[in-house]
This record gives sequence, structure tokens and C-alpha cells, in this order.
Amino acid sequence: MTELSADVVVVGAGPAGLAAAVAAAEAGAHVILTDEQPAPGGQIWRQPWDAQPPAPSRELWRRAEHRGVRLLPETAVFGVQEARCLRAASPGGAVTIRAGAIVLATGALERMLPFPGWTLPGVFAAGGIQALAKSGLEVAGKRIVVAGSGPLLLAVAAFLKRQGAVVLGIFEQAEAMAVARFAGSLLLHPGKLRQAAALLGELTGIPGHHSAWPVRAEGTGWLERLTVRVGDQEQSFELDFLACSFGLVPVTGLAELLGCRVESGAVVVDRQQRTTVPAVFAAGEATGIGGVDSAVIEGAIAGAAAAGSMDPAPSLDRRRNREQAFARRLALAFRLRPELKALCEADTIVCRCEDVRFGALIRYGDAREARLATRCGMGPCQGRMCGPALNFLRGWPLPRPALPLIPVTARALVTDATDRTASATFFRES
Amino acid sequence: MLPDVIVVGAGIVGAAVAEALAVAGCRVRVLESAWPGSGSTGAAMGHLLVLDDSEAQWRLTRLSRDLWDARADQWGAALEWESCGTVWVAADGEELELARRRGAWFAERGVASELLDQVALRAAEPNLAAGLAGGLRVPGDSVIYPPAAVRLLLEGAVRHGATIAAGTPVKRAGGGWVELTNGDRLPAGAVIIAAGLATPELLATPVEGLALIPKKGHLAITDRYPGWLRHQLVELSYLKSAHGSAPSSVAFNVQPRATGQILIGSSRQLDTLDPTVEPATLSRMLARAATYLPRLETLTILRTWVGFRPATPDNLPLIGPVPGQPRLWLATGHEGIGVATALGTAALIRASVLGEAPPLDPTPYAVDRVVGWMAHA
Repeated sequence: MTELSADVVVVGAGPAGLAAAVAAAEAGAHVILTDEQPAPGGQIWRQPWDAQPPAPSRELWRRAEHRGVRLLPETAVFGVQEARCLRAASPGGAVTIRAGAIVLATGALERMLPFPGWTLPGVFAAGGIQALAKSGLEVAGKRIVVAGSGPLLLAVAAFLKRQGAVVLGIFEQAEAMAVARFAGSLLLHPGKLRQAAALLGELTGIPGHHSAWPVRAEGTGWLERLTVRVGDQEQSFELDFLACSFGLVPVTGLAELLGCRVESGAVVVDRQQRTTVPAVFAAGEATGIGGVDSAVIEGAIAGAAAAGSMDPAPSLDRRRNREQAFARRLALAFRLRPELKALCEADTIVCRCEDVRFGALIRYGDAREARLATRCGMGPCQGRMCGPALNFLRGWPLPRPALPLIPVTARALVTDATDRTASATFFRES
Repeated sequence: MLPDVIVVGAGIVGAAVAEALAVAGCRVRVLESAWPGSGSTGAAMGHLLVLDDSEAQWRLTRLSRDLWDARADQWGAALEWESCGTVWVAADGEELELARRRGAWFAERGVASELLDQVALRAAEPNLAAGLAGGLRVPGDSVIYPPAAVRLLLEGAVRHGATIAAGTPVKRAGGGWVELTNGDRLPAGAVIIAAGLATPELLATPVEGLALIPKKGHLAITDRYPGWLRHQLVELSYLKSAHGSAPSSVAFNVQPRATGQILIGSSRQLDTLDPTVEPATLSRMLARAATYLPRLETLTILRTWVGFRPATPDNLPLIGPVPGQPRLWLATGHEGIGVATALGTAALIRASVLGEAPPLDPTPYAVDRVVGWMAHA
């Protein structure tokens, strides 16, 4: 049985996790950094296998390597063995990781909302199609609509255009005014403003719409046609792919298994990024959707704190406060409008793993009752897809996470060597 | 004149009792603190089986299995009914002798079973470990999905005029009345408390000696592997583990579900009320299962959870009137076989409430026997 240990174990090697690992290592801690992907960078800094990571990612990883941070790639933490002791699935089998302190940098998931036809092949999560394109999905020349909500749509549309896709339009559900106010507030963040301006420059020629959302996807076995609502009008497109996302949801499963308090869907942390559980810290999107700049700052604070530094550097503290104000404006501007709840019809599939349709759920008042009765959210994805959707549609809390956080073999859950030895000798003895 | 009935608790037992009395013509009201099946039932495996741990347990499981079977045609699909039978697996010659005796005992009482030798066992379940001595196949046992059973029973009750009040916690109850936590006091001709482990604390006048023991159990469910497992499998030493006094034990018990998934049990812990999955216990339970099914280690586990079985010191449920408290009945303490015995329990309660002839001798399940439990306390 493989057992590892470190002063600080950082879960997730995106911006927050990388920054935390660097800060902890530079404070003298022995650091293990785990990530489900083969390379560090997280979703946002993810690159095609043959491309260079972006500069900030490269720089953080260079510093991490320099300080001896040990990266465990393709390693997914699936459980908590005991306090400050994690279990993870890795290519070589399950590992036990003991930590003096833990930093949770588990990031965010995209929220998909069900609408008729959304399960057709050809409909992707916006971040999902980006990830797939980076690992080989051909998008050049493909007609793609980008729809849903949030700044991610613009980034994905620009990415797809760079890859040679024909982006037919961007459909943002938020109102133009709300987005304009948010854009105006970027004046307070010159760095972000520059990024936004560059992005908008790249998107020249792509029609952008506000108060607009997909209502129906159709096709025979494959996405062929999409109908969107723009104001009071409906428009239809012939297309190859739809890239769709209705905002990001913090990933809090591991935090909950560790016993950390989670409020309004985000891990609760204090000024030092401490959770409510001793020696467990959290940073980045897991503590509330705030974007990459915020994640890097929070990660740096959490990593230093996990390594024993008492107070966050005042400059980091100030920058974090500014970023949190930005995050609040972001959430307000891209709040999901109630009309989106009406998109899902009775025969629209909500849970893809178990083929549960919306109509089968509406008779239940209680989320747990509905899940038990219909198996909604009980398939391999364990509600990661339908949970956030039903949270919006019905106000149901996300499913309570349990061991294992991701599907793993039974072998991975046998943790005590004596249990297996007892198994092996059982029949010989009897 | 039929009494108006209040059933406290909408687990499998409360739902069955409500249905039986509603069908009999009583006006039935079900009060459930959370939602139907939210307690032990929602965490349960769902086997319909006969057990010979005692004569009384045999009679109740036998009656109930017959009553479930009578509904198989009508409800089978909705209950995700699997007529998989049970194989009691014998690890060695000594256990095989137990299996043989159990088979003979079943035969005397008219229940079919088949003794399997080493070769027949492997043919019946190819994934079992080599070297197991054999087993006893009980083809008449089945597996169902408990939440579906609760729903169907309650729908049946509602069709006969019953009302179900979910999210309605009861504060306390006595002979002929129930008081809700909101202060409402509801009168009834008959009050039946089927609230599982919560039952003792709901009694306004305590029943001397009444104690239910929470026995925590872990379960794990796999991804879909249709055909991988054909029968419910239980180790023959299961009852030793189930009724032993060790504070913590595991025993091999797996079920094929209609979805192709495999439900893996079991564990029993007497000394804890912790409602979370314990990795160490789960580890022992899965390792135990893998001793019997070595390739099980390679299957993918999707989910694990725990539940608490409401157990009694003598391993029999409490079914019947509360002595000295007219118009008050208990139907609780079914430990790990509430689903298996729900319909028999409902038949006993119906007979007792309506003054009909009971379907079997109710004495072994009577509430007055709790006086003898004082010594256990």
C-alpha cells in the first residue's frame, strides 16, 4: 500500500493550487501537489499537449519545481481516511496521503441547464469543448454557437475562433445593462480591462446578443439545428456544435468530506484562507467564483498560512479584497434569470446517467426523496451534472458528497493491509 | 364501527400498516417527520427472504414472503423485482452441514431449497472464489427496491382514502391521541407507532423496559455489471455476525439489482450513532466481500452510505398493542429485515386493531415481553 506524506498537501494544480504550492514551498514546507490532469495548470491554463503553457502557469510551476514541490499528476482525491489523511486514485493504484496541513484548490464545475435536446451529441459544456479541442477534437471549420452566461463564453468563443471554428454567435442570458455595468466596473481593474479589450478585439465579427438563450436543440442522432430566443424573437441556426454553460459552481465535495463548513455553495474561509476545520485551508473558485487573479492571490495566502506563516502579506490582503468586490459584481451581473427555469420540459432529461426526466421529479418536494425514488444523480457522475441544474431549477441543495467522491474500484476502498491479508488467508484457515 | 387510525412513521413498516388498514376500510392518516422512506428504509438493501433464526422469525418472514409474492405480478416491474433467490454460501464442510440442516428444516415447512456442492456452487455463481464448500439455494427469495415499495404501499393507502402528511413531526403520542411538534393534538381510534428507532422517545407514557438498539450498517453500490451476479449471496455464518454481541462486525452479503448494479454489505456496529461512512469499516466490509468474490475488487464503486437498523435485544420485532395503554400499538424493531417482514407485520396489526383472527400467533412479537429486557439495560 503506497503511503505518502508532506507538510502541506495541495489538492488541485490550477491557479490557486499552484500559487499555494509555491507559497508553502517557499516558506520551507515539503509540499505535495495533486491534480486529476496529466499536467499542472487546471482548466483555465490547460494547453494542447504540444503547446507551451501560458506564462503565469509556467512561471508558477518553475518556482514550484525549483522548491521541490512533488506533483502527483492524474491523481484524484476521492476520500478522507481520517483527519488530515486523504485517499487518492492514481495510475499506479490508490495512495494514502498524510498531510500536516491541507490546501483545497478544487476549482469549479460548469453549470449546465437542461433544455429540450441538450443531451444530443454535439452539445458540449463551453469549458468542456475547449478542453476537448485541446486534446484533439477537431473544431476548425465547424459552425459553433456559444450560449449561456458569464465571461467564460467570451473566452471560449475567442478560443474557438483562434482554432478556426466559425462562431455563429454568442448568446448571453444576462441583460445588456447588467453586463454593461459590469464592464464599466472593469475600469477599477486595469489588468482585467486590458484582457477584456483584447478579448473583444478578437471577437470582432461574431454577433453577440444579450437577454438571449437556447430554447431547443434538434437533430437526428446528432445536433443539427438550434433555436435561440433573443428578446421576444426566436432564431434558428444550422450548426455542428453548441458550447453551452450557465456559470460556474464551486467544487466543495472534498471540503465537505473533511467537515468544512460550506455556505451558499462555497467553502467558508477566513482572512488566512482557513476553513472551519483545523489545518485545512481553501483557495480559489472552491471558496466562491472569483476568477484567476483572485485564485492566485488566495492560493498564495493559503499556501503561506498552511506552511505556518501567521498573517497574509498586507499587499496580498488588499488585492484579495479588491478581487472579492469584483467577484460580487460578477455574480450580480450574470445572475441567472428566472425565465431559464421554464426551458426544461416534462420530458427533458435532467439526469443523463440514469435517464431521469424532469417530469419524474416535480412530484417530489424533497431533493433526497426525489433522488432515492428516481435515482436522479445516483449514476457515475453522482449528481455533478444535474445537481447544480436542480439547485437552480428547484432550489434543491446539491447532493451531499460521500466516499468515494469519484467512482473508484472496490480495491481502492480497502485501506487496511490487514483487511486484505485477512481476506487472503480466510479460506485456508477455515 | 372501524376506528380512525393514525400511523406515525412512513417507512416500509408504517406504509404497509397504513395500506392494510386503509384497505380494511379505516380512515387512515400517516404522519411522517421527514418524507416517506427517509429513515432506515431509504438506506436498506431490500431482500424478501425466509430466515430460520427462530421459529417466530421463520413464521413472520414466511408469511411476509408469501404476501409479497402475491403482489409480484402486479407490482414486480415497479418494485424492480429480481427473482434471484438466495444462496447461503458455505465456506467449509462444517458450514455445508449447517446448510444441509437448514435445507431439511425448510423442507419440513414446505419451502423449497437446493443443496449445492462445490461444483454446483461455482456453476451457479462463477465469480465466487474457488475452494468454497458449497451452499444452499433458496429459489423463492427475491430482491426489491425499498423506496419503490414505500411509494406503492402509500399510493395503495391513498387510493383507499388515506392521507399522508410528510414533514409533520410528532412530539409524543399516547392511547388514542398524537401531539404534533406544532402543538396540534390529534385524536384517533387507534394510534400505531412505526417510527423505528425514534419510537421509544415518542411515547408520552414510557413503556418500562422498551429499548431499541441502533445497529449501524454500511452499504456500497457498484456501477452496472449486468449478469455479473445472479443470486443474493449471504455467508452462512451471517447470523452469527448479525446477532453477535461484538461491537463491530462485517459479514458477506451481496445482491444483484435490476439495474445491473451490485449492492454490497454488510456491517454491524452497536456502539456508534455517527451518521457518516467510516473508511475503516467500509474497508473491512469490502475485503470480506472480496474473500468470497475475488474479482469484486476490480468493480467500480459509485456510492457508499450508512443506515441504522432498529434492533431489539431478542432479535424479534415489536408488533402489537401497548399493555395498559388502550388504542396504542407499536410496529417497530425489525432490525435489518423490515422490508422482508413489513407485510406480515401489517397483517398482524390489522388483525389486532380490528379484532380479527391473526394470521399467525402474535405472542412472540408482543410488546409485553419488553418487561424482561430490563435486565439488559
